[in-house]
Amino acid sequence: MTVISVLLILSCLLLLGSSRLHVAIRVVAAQGLLLGVLPIVRSAENLHVAILILGLSTIVSKGILLPWLMNTCLRLSGIRREIEPFVGFGPSLLCGTALLGLAVWIAVRLQLPQVPLILLTSSFFAILVGLFLMVTRRKAITQSLAYLVMENGVYGVGISMSLDFPFLVELGILLDVFVGVFLMGNLLFHLDREFEHLDADKLTELSDLSEPAPAGEERV
Amino acid sequence: MELFILGCVIPVVLGLGVLPIRRAQTALWVATLGVWLGCACAAIPVVSVLTGHDLPLRQMAWNMPGGALSFGLDGLSAFFCLPILLVAPLAALYGCAYLAHEKKRLGPVLFFYNVLTASMLLLLVARNGLLFLIVWELMAVSSFFLVVFDDEKPHVRQAGWTYLVATHIGTAALLVLFAILGQQAGSLDFEALAKAGLSPALASVLFVLAVIGFGTKAGFMPLHVWLPEAHPAAPSHVSALMSGVMIKTGIYGLLRLLTLLGNPAPAWGWTLVVIGLVSGILGVAFALAQHDLKRLLAYHSVENIGIITLGIGAGLLGLTWQQPVLIVLGLGGGILHVLNHAIFKSLLFLGAGAVVHSTGTRDIDRLGGLIKSMRWTAVTFVVASAAISGLPPFNGFVSEFLIYFAGFSGARADAPQTVVLAIGIAAGLALIGGLAAACFAKAFGIVFLGEPRSAQAAGAREVGPAMRWPMAALALACLGIGLLAPAAVQTVLPAVRVVGHVPVTATQEATVLPTGGIAKPGLAMAATDSDEPSPRPAALTMPPTEPTTLAVRSLAAIVRVSAGLLVLAVGLFVIRRHLPRGSEEVATGTWDCGYARPTARMQYTASSFAQPLTDLFRLVLGTRKHGGVPEGFFPPPATFETHTPDTAREHLFAPLLRLIDRSLAPLRRVQRGRIHEYLLYIAIVLVLLLIWKAGGRS
Repeated sequence: MTVISVLLILSCLLLLGSSRLHVAIRVVAAQGLLLGVLPIVRSAENLHVAILILGLSTIVSKGILLPWLMNTCLRLSGIRREIEPFVGFGPSLLCGTALLGLAVWIAVRLQLPQVPLILLTSSFFAILVGLFLMVTRRKAITQSLAYLVMENGVYGVGISMSLDFPFLVELGILLDVFVGVFLMGNLLFHLDREFEHLDADKLTELSDLSEPAPAGEERV
Repeated sequence: MELFILGCVIPVVLGLGVLPIRRAQTALWVATLGVWLGCACAAIPVVSVLTGHDLPLRQMAWNMPGGALSFGLDGLSAFFCLPILLVAPLAALYGCAYLAHEKKRLGPVLFFYNVLTASMLLLLVARNGLLFLIVWELMAVSSFFLVVFDDEKPHVRQAGWTYLVATHIGTAALLVLFAILGQQAGSLDFEALAKAGLSPALASVLFVLAVIGFGTKAGFMPLHVWLPEAHPAAPSHVSALMSGVMIKTGIYGLLRLLTLLGNPAPAWGWTLVVIGLVSGILGVAFALAQHDLKRLLAYHSVENIGIITLGIGAGLLGLTWQQPVLIVLGLGGGILHVLNHAIFKSLLFLGAGAVVHSTGTRDIDRLGGLIKSMRWTAVTFVVASAAISGLPPFNGFVSEFLIYFAGFSGARADAPQTVVLAIGIAAGLALIGGLAAACFAKAFGIVFLGEPRSAQAAGAREVGPAMRWPMAALALACLGIGLLAPAAVQTVLPAVRVVGHVPVTATQEATVLPTGGIAKPGLAMAATDSDEPSPRPAALTMPPTEPTTLAVRSLAAIVRVSAGLLVLAVGLFVIRRHLPRGSEEVATGTWDCGYARPTARMQYTASSFAQPLTDLFRLVLGTRKHGGVPEGFFPPPATFETHTPDTAREHLFAPLLRLIDRSLAPLRRVQRGRIHEYLLYIAIVLVLLLIWKAGGRS
């Protein structure tokens, strides 16, 4: 379990420092696999079918299906790298360490005795990194990835809190995420075809507000 | 009641069904069929209520937040249903021909027309504050989509925007109003709201909110700015429905709210009287200065709303002074004018639409001589013009006469305020009526008489039967209500009873509302009406000297005499037509004036016709003149044009909105439409919450 947590943290740091989208997708897929293994490992003594199904469906959806979807998206749009993020890769890593500190602090402060601290920390870290990536990266595809990372964190928190997290709810959330990412992928594809780029900060072109731009307003 | 609700559902269902239909003709007729069927269903309960049967309040099994989903149809609702049931089907039929050659897809406009019709009907029977607001909003939004039908034109989008902003300012006031009222009463059901027991100060605050909220929809003078923008922009049958019927929902709302607020303060009545006078006089003054036919009609809606408000204000003052004659005649005249205005104003808009349809322009100064090519339109337009100017024997006269009469018979030597009211009503209505007559002399004269001023006007052709017949039906209704004035007054009484119910106890009501008595005098035209079983016992019959009876009697007499004169004039005209002519007939141009080579441009224009009157009002109108008289021995070519922008828009709302815009501008820094920034805000809030939650746990 500690190994999984540490791998989760490292994968998040890798996401912060990498500009290549292929790598990012693979990392997120790996996170999905780790999270799928997590509930099985956690309840190794009294393993039962429900947990097994949960783990396996997580592996299938987060580790295989969604990355495949993102990869298709990537191939269709022909983007390779995340260029010019709002916060560069080096500073991102620095921020990442700060976020890790914050995650540790939160996990400690929460004072949940029966929850493994390292797992809680890594899950919170994934949530924070997901948020951070969403805010600082330009490409819409990275933002979808960031959303997945954040969701992974939420899932991790859920698993670490208790294994009796209602089974159906977990599966429902999985389906939710799947549909969400599916829609995003679809949207990305159409955006790409219409505007020939996937820069989320240029979405303001769609806004009505820029039409009667008052003097002094910044045009993007 | 179920039948009424069914009547609201049918148009919407058929309107939805129209959306996927690609063939324009099929879509038009299916949607129109929906309106007709719906209105026919709704008409049955309405007629039964107006003839004296009471419908119980219907509460659905479904609870809404803040009360039950309840519907009710009383005299007030039923009377306000009449304009909808009359105008909506006719305008829809007219729309079939009007839109037939439209290039774009008609599904949405037909759907929203049906939704608008259904929502107006539903609004009148809603008996729950929340339901009322929802339907109100539905009505506003569907009419917005109708206004922006020609959305490829920038000015239409601008007009739609103005309308949307204005109507939502009104809704905002209503939201606050119902929130306060509901909080006081503990429920949003109208039944509960009526028992809220408000303090007089709070009731006055609510009244002001109601005037703002409902007045924006109705078009009270400073709040009217959307009317002259939206009505010209919309397709003509939509303008007819909106101007004729939809703005009356504002009046309905105000009256309905008055039944909930308890005893009216004298200031309320005076407020409405002043609003009525200002809207009436300034509305017609602005109308005089317009060159755009539909814009002119839109300002006349403001004027007529003014007349209605004046009547209601007089009725409210009657309530506070315990003067039955003011209540019955003031409120009755005001409410009856709602129906009358709906009829002649929609007729005028349909007529204007016919002119636009066959000439392609709304500019009065490019028209002229249309009476020769568009005879039906011209005749119906002149009927409506006479009606809107308040001339007997048409319907506009009936309601205005009631308000006049209310003022005169309410005046008592021992109470100076009644005399003030009488003078206000008499002088105001006389001024409004005179100016309206002048304005329609201008509109009719310049558009239909004389010689065509442009090639478009010269090439005008009469419109098809689907457009002619609705206009003819409305013109007949104008005449019919005028001739059957006593019956019309009888119809309005159930509505008056609902509003006039407020301050009087059950025993007093007998003296206040002489329902049975009005039709009693042995008038020839009222005879059929008085035979009907009256819902009230005969004991309530007033003695024949009662002013209300006197009003109806003199009304009937005037109508009869003027109808006789009209018949005489038409008869003489027909006889003159068919008599063998003594001499050879010579055809010459109108306004020939003996010139050797006259041109159509030598005729009076709309602005030159109205100039003496608009100069009187130049202080408020602020007409801008460009160009001037040619000067010098060898004068160069000269031009002259006038332009009258809306004063309230230019000098009240534009500066106000600029001020708001400026003061809120700093907020734009945080709201720039960038997705990353919004995500950042969410992230910051989430992290802070997490820290706060975790930090507080020690």
